[in-house]
Amino acid sequence: MGAAEAPLLATARNGRELVVVGNGRWVATQSAALEGAVDAALAEAGTGATETARLDLSGVRRVDTVGAVMVDRLVRRFGEAGAKVSVVGLERRFQPLLNEITQGCHEVPPPRHHLNAIAGGLDVIGRTVVETGKDAMLFLSFIGAVTAAFLRVLLRPQTFRWTSMVFHLERTGLRAVPIVALMTFLIGCIIAQQGIFHFRRFGATTYVVDMVGILTLRELGVLIVSIMVAGRSGSAFTAELGAMRMREEVDALRVMGFDPNEVLVLPRLVALVIAVPLLTFIGSMCALFGGGLVTWLYGGISPEIFINRLREAISLNTFEVGMIKAPFMAAIIGLIACMEGMRVGGSSESLGTHTTASVVKAIFLVIVVDGLFAMFFAAIDM
Amino acid sequence: MQLDADLSHPQAEPTDEAIIHVSDLVVAFGDRKILKGLSLDVRRGEILGFVGASGGGKSVLTRTILGLVPKVSGTVEVFGQDLDALDFEGRRKLEQRWGVLFQQGALFSSLTVKQNIQFPMREFLTMSQRLMDEVALAKVEMVGLPPDVLEKMPSELSGGMIKRVALARALALDPEILFLDEPTSGLDPIGAGEFDDLIATLQQTLGLTVFMVTHDLDSLHSVCDRIAALADGKVIAVGPIEAMLKSDHPWVHAYFHGKRARAAGIGPQDGRGAGHDEGR
Repeated sequence: MGAAEAPLLATARNGRELVVVGNGRWVATQSAALEGAVDAALAEAGTGATETARLDLSGVRRVDTVGAVMVDRLVRRFGEAGAKVSVVGLERRFQPLLNEITQGCHEVPPPRHHLNAIAGGLDVIGRTVVETGKDAMLFLSFIGAVTAAFLRVLLRPQTFRWTSMVFHLERTGLRAVPIVALMTFLIGCIIAQQGIFHFRRFGATTYVVDMVGILTLRELGVLIVSIMVAGRSGSAFTAELGAMRMREEVDALRVMGFDPNEVLVLPRLVALVIAVPLLTFIGSMCALFGGGLVTWLYGGISPEIFINRLREAISLNTFEVGMIKAPFMAAIIGLIACMEGMRVGGSSESLGTHTTASVVKAIFLVIVVDGLFAMFFAAIDM
Repeated sequence: MQLDADLSHPQAEPTDEAIIHVSDLVVAFGDRKILKGLSLDVRRGEILGFVGASGGGKSVLTRTILGLVPKVSGTVEVFGQDLDALDFEGRRKLEQRWGVLFQQGALFSSLTVKQNIQFPMREFLTMSQRLMDEVALAKVEMVGLPPDVLEKMPSELSGGMIKRVALARALALDPEILFLDEPTSGLDPIGAGEFDDLIATLQQTLGLTVFMVTHDLDSLHSVCDRIAALADGKVIAVGPIEAMLKSDHPWVHAYFHGKRARAAGIGPQDGRGAGHDEGR
C-alpha cells in the first residue's frame, strides 16, 4: 500500500508548465478526498499564468467512473484557462472509460423549473379547480354510462350477472355485519353515556332516550354504515377494478364486445344498493340496543321505560328518514369507487392514489348529501 | 499517451479465475425442488449467457446468488467469499460490488431518473452534489440516453429507456459484476440489438463480468463469451456457442437447432456472419 500513501494529487510548477501528478486509487470511495484534491489543483493552476499542463497519471492504479469524471474535470478546466493539456501515463485498460467520459456532453441539465411560493400556490389552486371540474364532468358521464347499462339490462334482465351480484352482496353485506354491528353498538353506548352524564345536571335523564332514538335512526346509523362501507367495500372495489385495468382485463372485456360497466360496475353497484339499507337497519338496531343497555346499567332507566319513552319520542318517520337515505349513500359510494377504479392508469402509484381518492371522495359526498337530505326533510316536515 | 506497460492484463479480458462459484446448489419451494445440485463458475471478465426453459429456475438461480431466495444446501461464493459466512457489514460491502438489472427495470417510481441513479451513491458514498450530477450524467450517456432524461420520472419513459436507465443505476457504483435478467425482453429487434452492443461496449469499458439470463438467441450469439444451459435443475452444458451447437443433449439440441435458432443464424446450416447481419 506504499503507493497509496502518496497524495492522490500533487501539483508542481515548472515555469509556465504545471505538472499534476496523480497517485493511488481514483475510485468512488475516495470521491470526497479526490474532489478536494482536484479543486485544490485547479485553484493552484489559477494562481499563475499556465501555458501547458501535464497530467501524469502513471501512479494511478485504479480508475472508475468517478475517477474518470475527475480527470475530465481537470482536463476541461485547464483547457478553459487557456492551457494546453496533456494526459500521460494512464494505464491502457482505463483509456476506453476516459474516452467515453471525455466525449460526452458536460452540461448537467438544470432541475425542472420550480415556481416561486405565490405563483406555485396559484398554480396549484388553478390546477385543482380545473381538475375538480373535470372530475365532476367525468362523474356525470360515468353516471350516464352506468344508467345506460342499467337500462339495457332492464330491457334484457337475463343478461344481468346475478352470480357476480350475489357474490358482492355477500362480501359487502353479510361479511360486514359483525363490524357494523359492533361499531354502531359502541356508538349507541357512547351517545347514551354522554347524554346521561350531561343531562343528569338538569334532571333530564329521560330525554337521553329521545336523543339516542332520533340521532341513531335519523343520522348516525346510516352515516356510520356509509363511512364503514366506503372504507371497507369502496376501497376494495377501486382496487379490484384498478388492478383489472392495469392488467388490461377491462380492455379484454371491451374488445370481446362486453360493456365493462355492465359486467363489472353494475353488479357491484346493485349489491351495494341492497346491502347498505340492510346494514343501516342492523346498525340502527344495534345502536338503539347499545343506547338502551347503557341507559339501563349506567342511567338506571329500566328497559320497559326506555321502550315506552322511545315510542313517544320517535315516529315511523324518524326511521324512514334514515332508511330512505341508505340506498342513495350506497349509490354514491359505489359510483365513486367504480369510477376511480376505472380511471386507474398503468402504474401502481396510480392505483394507490385512486383508492385513496375513492374513499375520501365517497365519505365527503356522503356527508354533503346527508346535509342536503337534512334540508330536504326539514322542508317537507319529516 | 500510455507509459504504463501493464498491457498483459487488459481490464476486460476473460481469465480463468471464477468470480462467482456456485456448487451443489439446491433450492426448493415447499416440496418442489427447482435447482437440484447445480454447479456453475462465472469467470472474471466474461459475459456468460444463461439459458433454460421458462419456469426452469433461471431467475431462481440469479435470485439465489443475489440472496433474494433462500437455498436448501450448497454454497455460493462471490469474489471468493462464501455468502453464508459474511456478516451484515461484509455482505453490504459485497453488494456494492455488483449491480443488478431487473427484468422490469425496478426503477423507484417516486424518484426522477437522476435521483434513481444517484440513490446508491448518496447512500453509500460521500460525494458532493455537483460530482454526483456529473457522474449521473456520465452514466446516462454511457447507456446511450440524452442528458434531458435525467429530470424525467420513470413513468415518462418508454420500455427501452427504462431498461437503459435501470442499467445506468445498476452501474452507479461501478460494480465488478453485472446481473442482467432478460435484458432484451420486451424490446424490438433494433432496440435489442443496440442493447446487446451497449452491454458489450460497457463490458469492455468498465471491465465488467456479466451474468445474463436471456432467451434472445441473437444476444447469445453476438455478445456472450460462454453459455450455460439449465435443464432438470442442473447445468447440463457450459461453453461457447460452438460447443452448444455440438452438444447432443436433447434440450440443448432443440434449443440451438430450432426454427428460431436458424432464423437467428445460429444453426449450422447458415454462416455465422449472415446471422449477425440478420440480427441487426
